[in-house]
Amino acid sequence: MLRFLIAVIRRDILLAARRRGDWLTAQFFFIMVTSLFPLGIGPEPAMLRTIGPGVVWVAALLACLLSLGRLYADDHRDGSLEQLLLAPYSNALLALGKAIAHWIINGIPLLLIAPVLGIQFGLPADALAVLVLSLAIGTPVLSLLGGIGAALTLGLRGGGVLITLLILPLYVPVLIFGAGAVDGTLSGTGAEAHLSLLGAVLVMALLVAPWISALALRVSVE
Amino acid sequence: MNLYRYASPATFHPLAGRLVPWFAALAAALAAAGLYISFFVAPTDFQQGEGYRIIFIHVPAAWMSMFIYIVMAFWSAIGLAWNTRLSFVMARALAPTGAMFTFVALWTGALWGKPMWGAWWVWDARLTSSLILLFLYVGYMALQAAIDDPRRADRAGALLNLVGVINVPIIYFSVKWWNTLHQGASVSLTRAPSMAQTMLWGMLVMALAAWMYTIAVALVRARTLILERERQTEWARAVLKEEA
Amino acid sequence: MIWESWDAFWAMGGYALYVWGSFGMTLACIAGEVWLLRRQRRQVVSRLRRLQRFDSQ
Repeated sequence: MLRFLIAVIRRDILLAARRRGDWLTAQFFFIMVTSLFPLGIGPEPAMLRTIGPGVVWVAALLACLLSLGRLYADDHRDGSLEQLLLAPYSNALLALGKAIAHWIINGIPLLLIAPVLGIQFGLPADALAVLVLSLAIGTPVLSLLGGIGAALTLGLRGGGVLITLLILPLYVPVLIFGAGAVDGTLSGTGAEAHLSLLGAVLVMALLVAPWISALALRVSVE
Repeated sequence: MNLYRYASPATFHPLAGRLVPWFAALAAALAAAGLYISFFVAPTDFQQGEGYRIIFIHVPAAWMSMFIYIVMAFWSAIGLAWNTRLSFVMARALAPTGAMFTFVALWTGALWGKPMWGAWWVWDARLTSSLILLFLYVGYMALQAAIDDPRRADRAGALLNLVGVINVPIIYFSVKWWNTLHQGASVSLTRAPSMAQTMLWGMLVMALAAWMYTIAVALVRARTLILERERQTEWARAVLKEEA
Repeated sequence: MIWESWDAFWAMGGYALYVWGSFGMTLACIAGEVWLLRRQRRQVVSRLRRLQRFDSQ
């Protein structure tokens, strides 16, 4: 079982490594969107510091959605998805593997870029650390929930826009707790409560999302 | 009594057709009574003047917006568990009305907020979560509209609906939490003033009217959906011949 | 009767815009939905009848 999971993850990472252009798009999108905000709002340091956590988090949500459209689409097109669904393991395991791979490919780079973007917004060191920590707990939830959306919209015309409509409302709690944790550090009220709520959301998503993704895949493929 | 008989489209279609006028009439009568209470029985509020009368539609609309989503999830769950086509049709038929009530709740909330809070829109926990609920309805309807195959549309919509209903309490909690951190307690729309008794009655009657209206409208929509899907069958041909 | 005159009723103690704006929009939404449903029913029935005639030919 574990070997199947690891095989799914490895396969996706290998495929992503071969198509680096696709992969870099989402990362650059993340950088560009956050850099546009100071241009639109003005370079006032105090203002930038207050909006910084929210901007980085919203950009992370959007960057994540950008790459979700391809989560199952490529495998669906070349027929390998049907083969994977026929494997003698639970389809939820496949969905879990796909979500983990998506997080490794798209989530971890966000964690590495985020501190640099935080510095652009003048965030102090402790807030930067909390930003990375909140993204580390929050982005797996984005990949897990996003997997449901990707499975539901598989092969539909306009799937890319549709997925944002379906999934963004579900991302609201992650955004609130994630950006709230950084805000809490900035205002001195502490981040622990936000981070533990974010952790609870992650546990729930881990327990529920793979099963629903698996059901959605079966609905979309059959 | 055999409940399964009513789940068959051939029985449901004429039955629903006969029920619709009754529910519509009940809705109209209850709405008339509710409007009478809200404008002629309920006295002026000493704090909010006549402006508070908006709550006689705002609160029922907000209740309906949440109830309908939950009822949809109920039908979706039944559909997924027992594979009954009619349940999916019911869930689908309820969605536009749910979205309509959510919109009405937001609109009346804004019109209430302007004179009371001095702003059309306040990022209050209730208004914000209603807005997100509207997004959930829109997502559900967009997914249904994008899928041509009715079997897939039914199931995909039901799954999304269930994910949404798990999320609604989490969203509500998170928005409330965010709200208390950012601006402290705000004035609540449902804060019960001294004349609570008549007010509660007014809201209840209006909510019942909204229920009857929702049932009537959903039945009509479900009939049309079923006729469309079953057009190849004997009974659908007969219905089409009758209806000019 | 709690209203002194019809004018007072329509004025809603200065809240006319908000109260009538709310009730009016609700009425418009309901009327619109009923109208759309009727139109949809008619369109579906006429389309299916055309399809049927096409099939039987």
